[in-house]
Amino acid sequence: MEATSHAAAHPPTATGLPTLKVGFWTFLGSETLFFGALISTFLVYKHGSVSGPYAHEVINIPLTSFSTFVLLMSSLCMVLALAAVQKDSRKGALLWLFMTAFLGATFLGCQAYEFTSFYHEGLTLQSNLLGSTFFVLTGFHGAHVTMGVIWLLTLWFQTWSGRIGSGDALKVEVAGLYWHFVDIAWIVIFTVVYLLE
Amino acid sequence: MTEQQEAMHGEHSHPGYGTYVVVAIVLTVITALEVAVFYLPAMKPVMVPLLVALSAAKFTLVVMFYMHLKFDSNVFTSVFVAPLTLAILVAIALIVLFRYIPVVTVAVPS
Repeated sequence: MEATSHAAAHPPTATGLPTLKVGFWTFLGSETLFFGALISTFLVYKHGSVSGPYAHEVINIPLTSFSTFVLLMSSLCMVLALAAVQKDSRKGALLWLFMTAFLGATFLGCQAYEFTSFYHEGLTLQSNLLGSTFFVLTGFHGAHVTMGVIWLLTLWFQTWSGRIGSGDALKVEVAGLYWHFVDIAWIVIFTVVYLLE
Repeated sequence: MTEQQEAMHGEHSHPGYGTYVVVAIVLTVITALEVAVFYLPAMKPVMVPLLVALSAAKFTLVVMFYMHLKFDSNVFTSVFVAPLTLAILVAIALIVLFRYIPVVTVAVPS
């Protein structure tokens, strides 16, 4: 019965793959080009500032290492949420979806603190090339995380109200793909922006 | 998940909780290594290639195990890897163009 309703929700396609998932992977492909352009711009103009503050004066590696760890753990929670939905474990799905959203919000809190401290140290969007490229790159990433947190909370609410079960695992899987993409984008940004001198 | 559902998702069986936790531990260890490489003065000569390699390892682990590309249809891999390759090539081209090719300025007589 469940398989029948699932098949009805996702009719057969020419490739045998769900259209939603193919479309979403294509979207993620376009996102790599988007972040590729932003990261390239940062790398090109990183040392082009003619006045301070410069990167080594403001960047806080311990804080960013912590927020990187938080985002990596949120990815773990996301796959556990998907596994719980696939196993029809409502309790597990609610727990792991909430934990993923919570860790995402923690990451955003770290970013807000970092942005504020940079502002107080004189690094703004207009101060120099480093400021412009840094805030555009990390700001767009933060916007992606914010969208992800909203999406996760929506899924949590739908699961809580019983509108998501094992037959809807694809919905959670696609949200998971988005969340993991945000994570891999940060893996690159952490190295390129914070660690490489 | 039934075979029919798996076929519709274009996937084989996903790994279990144990694999996910092991991947998370490896990701944490690699992140710690990255930070150590950043702080250790002895690592300065090999810092760039080492950090790029460690970052690539983390990226690959997340994509293969958490995004399930290791277990899913190759169509998804192609759709993702093709633009990713293009993005990397564009980044390399831009860096070479702006960093290593000298700018020639031509004086215009007034």
